[in-house]
This record gives sequence, C-alpha cells and structure tokens, in this order.
Amino acid sequence: MAVIFDFAVQGAQMLMVLLLAPLLTGLVRKVKARLLRRRGPPLIQPYRDLARLLRKEVVLADNASWLFRVIPYVVFAATWVAAALVPTFQSGLLFSWSADLIAIIALLGSARFFLALAGLDVGTSFGGIGSSREMMIASLAEPAMLMTVFTLALIAGSTQLSTVAAFMTSNEVGLRVSLGLALFALTMVAIAENARIPVDNPATHLELTMVHEAMVLEYSGRHLALIDLSSELKLLLYVSLIGCVFLPWGMAPSGASVQALAIGFAAYLVKLAIGAFLLAVFETAIAKMRVFRVPEFLGAALMLGLLATLFLFVSRSL
Amino acid sequence: MMLTLALSCIAGLLALSVLAVASGRSPVTMRIVYGASLAASLVLLILATTHLLGAQAPASVTLPLGLPWVGAHFRIDVLGAFFLAVVDLGAAAASLFALGYGRHDQEPERVLPFYPLFLAGMNLVVLADDAFTFLVSWEFMSLTSWGLVIAHHRVSDNLRAGYVYLVMASLGTLTLLLAFGLLAGPEGNYTFAQIRDGHPSPAVGALVLILVLIGAGSKAGLVPLHAWLPLAHPAAPSHVSALMSGVMTKVAVYGFVRVVLDLLGPPMWWWSVVVLTLGGITCVMGVLYALMQNDLKRLLAYSTVENIGVIFIGLGLALAFKAYGMTAAAALALTAGLLHVFNHSVFKSLLFFGSGAVLTATGERDMERLGGLIHRMPQTAFVFLVGCAAISALPPLNGFISEWLTFQAILLSPELPSWGLKFLVPAVGALLAMSAALAAACFVKAFGVTFLGRPRTPAAEQAHEVDTLSLAAMFCLATICLAVGILPGLFMDALAPVADLLVGDRMPMQRGVEWLSIVPITDSRSSYNGLLVFVFTLLSGSLAAFAIHRLASDKLRRAPAWDCGYPDASPATQYTADSFAQPIRRVFGTLVFRAREHGDMPAPGDMRPARLVVDLRDLIWEALYAPAATAVTNVSERLNRLQFLTIRQYLSLVFGALITLLLVLAIWP
Repeated sequence: MAVIFDFAVQGAQMLMVLLLAPLLTGLVRKVKARLLRRRGPPLIQPYRDLARLLRKEVVLADNASWLFRVIPYVVFAATWVAAALVPTFQSGLLFSWSADLIAIIALLGSARFFLALAGLDVGTSFGGIGSSREMMIASLAEPAMLMTVFTLALIAGSTQLSTVAAFMTSNEVGLRVSLGLALFALTMVAIAENARIPVDNPATHLELTMVHEAMVLEYSGRHLALIDLSSELKLLLYVSLIGCVFLPWGMAPSGASVQALAIGFAAYLVKLAIGAFLLAVFETAIAKMRVFRVPEFLGAALMLGLLATLFLFVSRSL
Repeated sequence: MMLTLALSCIAGLLALSVLAVASGRSPVTMRIVYGASLAASLVLLILATTHLLGAQAPASVTLPLGLPWVGAHFRIDVLGAFFLAVVDLGAAAASLFALGYGRHDQEPERVLPFYPLFLAGMNLVVLADDAFTFLVSWEFMSLTSWGLVIAHHRVSDNLRAGYVYLVMASLGTLTLLLAFGLLAGPEGNYTFAQIRDGHPSPAVGALVLILVLIGAGSKAGLVPLHAWLPLAHPAAPSHVSALMSGVMTKVAVYGFVRVVLDLLGPPMWWWSVVVLTLGGITCVMGVLYALMQNDLKRLLAYSTVENIGVIFIGLGLALAFKAYGMTAAAALALTAGLLHVFNHSVFKSLLFFGSGAVLTATGERDMERLGGLIHRMPQTAFVFLVGCAAISALPPLNGFISEWLTFQAILLSPELPSWGLKFLVPAVGALLAMSAALAAACFVKAFGVTFLGRPRTPAAEQAHEVDTLSLAAMFCLATICLAVGILPGLFMDALAPVADLLVGDRMPMQRGVEWLSIVPITDSRSSYNGLLVFVFTLLSGSLAAFAIHRLASDKLRRAPAWDCGYPDASPATQYTADSFAQPIRRVFGTLVFRAREHGDMPAPGDMRPARLVVDLRDLIWEALYAPAATAVTNVSERLNRLQFLTIRQYLSLVFGALITLLLVLAIWP
C-alpha cells in the first residue's frame, strides 16, 4: 500500500512539473510585461502555443536526417526525467536515489549535446552559430555548476538532492560565506543555461547574438512544441533546484502525511512565484550583453564556485 | 596452466608474423593473419576474464629465455588480468574490424607482419614479472608499433611522425630502464617479487616516481610528453590507430600502476600532488588541442590525451588516499581510474574504427571536406554517435560512470589531512568538469561536421556504407558502451580484487544493491542507477512520441530549409569545423595557444581572394621540444669535429680519459 502511494506521489511529481512548466514561463512573461507597463499575454498563453504547435504539421527541411526527427523526443525525455528528479514539494521520493545532482546535470548535458547536433543537421549557418555558441557557454557553465555542487556536497556530505535538502532544513547549517557564493554562482549559471537576458534573449528570433533560438530555428510543429516545452521544463528545474537547496522550508519529508504534502505543494508554488518574479525583475533591469562578454560572466560564476569550495575549509559557519 | 595457455597464444601470434612475412600480400594471408589474431585475442580475453572474475590466485612461469641468470618470469595476477582483458578486448575488436577494413589497404605486406607482433608485445608487457622481460617487451611493443606507424610511409608527414615517435619511445624506455635499475639496486634484484620486498628509500622512491612518470607518461600521452601521440596515432592504419590509442596507452597506464602502486610500496603524500597536477593539466590541454583540430583522426588522438588525464586524476587520488591510509576512498578512486581505462579503450577504439570507416568510404580525414554522411552511412553514423556520446560522459553510457565515480572520489578529499591536497583536489575537480564540458563540445563538432549537414565535397556525397565485418566490430563495442552504462555495478565488482591487491581495500559490493544501482560509499551520500535513468528516458520519450502522434498530429511535409528566409544553396555556407571551434578558440585559445585572427587582404589589382588567417602556436612544442632539438643538433655538430682530429689529438684524448677515470676511482669513497 505504502509503495503504491509512493509511486503515486512520484507520478504526481512527474506530471506536476510537466503541467507547471508552461505556467512558470507564462508568469515570467506576464510580470516582465507588467514591469514594462504592457498588459502582456495571459498566463495560459504558453499552453495555447504548445497546443497549437502540437496540432500543426511539421515542415521538415529537405536534407534533415532521422536524427533531426528523433532529437526533440530525446531532449524532452532527458529534461523531463531530470526535472522530475529534483525534489519539489516532497523530498526523498521513490526514485530520487536513481540519480544524484551530478547525474541530473549530466542529463541536462545530454539534452544540450543532442540539441547542438540538431543545430548542425540541416546545414545552415544559423544552426551552426547557435550550436557553437551554446557549446562555448556550456563549457564554462557546466564546471561552474559542478563547483556549486561540490560546495553543497561538501557541506551536506552528499550529492543526493534529498539529503542535501534535508540537511539544509536542519539547524546545523547556519549562514556561511560559501553558501552565499554558491547561491550567486548557481543563479548566474541558471541564467546562462536557460538562455535568459543578459546571456541570451528568449524573446527574439532575429538577433545576431542569439544562441538557443538560432539552434532550434529549423524546427516546427510538434518538434518545436517539444523543444519549447523542454526549455520551459529546464527553467522550472533550475527554479526548483535553487528552491530545494537554498529555500528548503515547507518541503514535506519522505513518508509525510497528505496534509504535509499539501503544505509542501503550497510552499513550492510560492517559491516558483518568487523565482519568476525575481527573474522578471532582473531581466527587465539589465541589458543583453555581447556574446563574447558571456565568458567573463560565466568565468566569474566559475571563480565564485571555486571560491565557495575553498572557503569551506577556512571559514566557519555563523 | 592458464598462464601457459596464454603464453602459447602469444607464441602463436609471433609465429603468425613469420607466416605473414613468408606468404606475402595475398588476400588470403590477410584473412589468415587477422582471423588468427582474432582467435588468439579471444582466447586470451576469456582467460583474463575468468581469472579476474574468479579472483584467482596469481600464477607464474619462468622460461629459460633472456638473461641467463635471471630467466624470463611471467606472472598473472588480478591487475595483470584486468589489463590483459583490456588489451585483448581491443585486439579482438581491431582484428574483427580489420578483417573487413584490411581489404582496402594498398600495401598489406607492410602491416600484416607487424600487427600480430604488436599484439604479442602488448600482451607480454602485461604478463612480464621481471624488469628485464618487462623492458624487452615494452621496447618490442614500441618498435613494432613504430613499424605500423610508418606503414604508409609515402604519405607526407608519416615519416616525421615515425621519427618523433621513435625518439620519444627511446626516451621513455631509457627512463624506465633507469627506474628499474634504481629499483633493482646494486644487487640486481630484477624479479618483481624481489623488488616488492626491497622497500626503496624515500629519495629513491621519489626518483623512481619521476622516472616512471616520464617513461610511462610519455607512452600514455601525459602533457607535456604527448607531442608524438597526435602525430603517430593518426598516421597508422585505422585499426592500428585504435589499438595504439585505445590499448597501447592503457599498457602504459599499466606500467605506471604496476610500478607506483604495487612495486614501490607505501606512497608519500606529495606523489599524488605531482600526479594530480599533471592529470588536471593533461585533461584540459588535451581537449583544447582536440577542439582545434580539423583532422578527424588527429582530433581523436588528442582526445586520448584528455582521457589519459582523467585516468591519472583517478590514480592520483588513489595515491593520495592510500598515503593517508584511507583505503576505502582509495579503492573508490582506483576503481574510477581503472574503469575509465576500460571505458576509454572501448569507445576510443569504436571512434577510431568509425574514422577508418569514413576514410574507406570517402578517402578523407579532413572534416572540412566531409559532411552529410549520416544519409549515406547510417549505421556507421549511429555507432559513431554512440561513441561520441559515451566519450562526452553523457548518461546513460559508460563514460559518465567513470567520471561520476571520479567526482565522488574528489568529493571525499576534504577528509584528507593535508592542506595542500584539500585545496588542490577541488581545483583539479574544476579542471575535470571543464574538460568534460569541452569534450562534449569537441564531439559535437566531430560528429556534427562529419556526419551532419550537407556534403562539402563530391567524395562525401558519393560515400557508401562499409562492410559487415567492420560494422559488426563497431556494433559490438557500442553495445559494451551501453552495457557498462546501464549495469555499472557488475563491472565495478569485477575490479574489486584489483583494488584489494593495490590499496588493501575494496568498494562495497554493488551486486546486492537494490534495482542494480551503484552506491560507491553509502546510500544517503550518493547513488546512481543507469538502468532506471535509461528506462525512464526511453519510456518518457516513447510515451511523448506515441501520445503526440496519436492525439495531436503526425503530419509531415518536406520543404527547403528555412534558415530565417535566407536561401543558401551552397554547402560552403555551412558552419565548418573551424568556425564551430571559433568561440572556444577565442575564449580559451587566446591564452593557451596565443590564437590570433587576422585578415589577409590582397593588394588592389591582385586577383587572389582575401582570407581570414588564424595563427595558433603550440607553446609546449616551442618551449620544450624545439629547444631540445636545437640543443641536440648543436651538440652533435660540435661532437662531429671529433671525427676529424689528428692522431696526436686522439692519443691525448685517450690519455686524458684514462687519467680522469683513475682520478675518479681514487677519489671515489
């Protein structure tokens, strides 16, 4: 009985991330529009876009290979599995041990690897520009991300997200310089990985510095819907991750009652809303940077991550 | 018994070479040589695997060969058995591939005699149990592979590659000779058993470590001793490149492990600092070099340098933990390193086979002249993609497992008492993470430019799929990549006796863990389940595909590429290998290679086209190798004068030498 309940909760988490992801993107867009004194599209616009794209036929480039048609499903599956493995409203889910934080990052790495290949498949220059820049950004963002993982793992003694979250709610943690630096680094990586301003602009298709949108330029119809949904899932994943590690309050422990789950869910929604609001404010307040200034931005994140790890040995917790 | 059988197989390989010389260049010879090599390597592989899985007791044999008062000692223990398995898995796959691939060789008589000798040499190194046999086998392996490197000696640059390789191999053997001389001591204890009991002093131990790092490191391709590797590995025929990159570098790693973790006794803590630093530098430099290459095989060779760095990071961590008596952590780090040895031998062989297939199909190694091969060679493209994903450390394939284990070992570093290591290991971890991300970029480039896009030349346009045997070899290796990725526990358990032998502890057995997960330390600390991740990804992907095709739309229309409305008919407008690497070259290359771009603008009236020229400088070559070469040339020119002296001068030289020697003897304590 308990196992069935655990299965149900895990399944609910998988469905929930899928259903909430477009809403999060819609919320960010809405808040950004309001901050610019526009009315903005309704919150459910991303769902409508997805539904419309799914119904449309795919227009495939003449020389696209089988790989090009498979990649949207691969990218979506990898991102979905990764997003479902990050604790949201409850930690210690049934399958949470099947991949730790390093594996989750690597899953996202798989998704990016294949997406970059898709950019090169049709053989247009826009796809290539997107792929090559995406891989350049990843070559700095991934080590920066792993350095934050090191910091967290060294503090919590685990790379398992559920253990880290449980440890962060306990009283042993306190305020630490390392944690602050790690939060900064993780946020910078999250911005870069999700192709947000100032690294990339999610709102445009035609700009010479674009990265992600250039890579997926040849996609249409259901393929494009899956790619869009994957990016939305990825944004949700990063917000959940920051929430789970740095704001673990309210998250239900494993084997909690239904009431605790409800509280955990409400807390999770609040965290998502806060994340969306802060992201929108940040994106409105800052200008897009040149693509070759991105390495400096991410290099700073990498240095912060490394410093966070090294400070662990010399600083004390407050 | 088992060892005797193994040695007879090796003797069979040696005899095969005589046969190959005798029977010339008929296609039948080709089939006999590769078929018999395949059979011999399969027998050796089975022997090694049963020994390793059964964790059998070491067996030894002494043959009355070599030095009369020493003899030739051979021994198989679990460490030897593991490397024997790696060598012969690679050898079997290469022989199978060569059965198909070898047909396209223009001059098979230059390859066939050396090939079984090379296999025999690598096997003998792993089985040798005394310094003399080890060194002779090592040199035998070097020389036979040199013969294979210059097999196509009419291709420009191959002779230079062979020359550089010969010089570096001699240097490596020289330093190993000195290292074993120090280990054997003045009494001449040449057998490994005697050396093991010898317990060298710390100073001797340090000297031996440095010498072995140069000797084995140069063969393995540690930066800055890697210079020969990207020249020599691509020059050989592709199945031999696969053996050199995938297997021979592992034999070098074996030499390092055997001497440093087995023969030298308890390590000092600072040894690990040297190994870790070299490993970290090697992996980042290797992959950056690889990213700058446009020659597919050279890119793969440089990527070998990177992976050797990853292996040495694992070994360095094992040394550090062992020095402080943290045996469980040392077992984890060692298992990570050795598993990467296995993994790399599998996917690097696969990738070199793929490049060989491309070479057969198109006659091109230059990626700038390829493209679109996925349409013409779908099966090769598929296996090459598996290899690329595996080497980029992507789950659920095998490369990720060994990198994940290495990261887990790195995360145990704060428990090390030494402050130097506490700070060094996370920095090495950052380098490892960076090299993994750069490797992904490198193999997106390798696969994307070669197999995707539109064909850039008629050769690429008219490519055709390769033969069944070559494909079979590649599919076998790709299956192993997936098998290790989803069932890593089985392979880690197989390594437990090796860890037991070298660091005196083993990782927790993974066989009993629920759901076939791997748990390197404890449940709450970290776990990974390749099988579940694979199944989940597969399920959710197919579920999405099924649901969308059933419920939404499955209509498809072919049309010209959109490309934002710009029609570009010419394949020349695609992104090239060079342009793909440009952002990374700009970010990292300006520092590491002093990369400069400048426009080459013709004067008015000049009809040649304007060009963008990229200058890359190999700083290691300029700082290390070029001065050494100049110095050697200068000294030999000076010494050359000795040949043109008068008889009086010669006599006084002899007299002076005699006096000096007597003086030395008189002063010597």
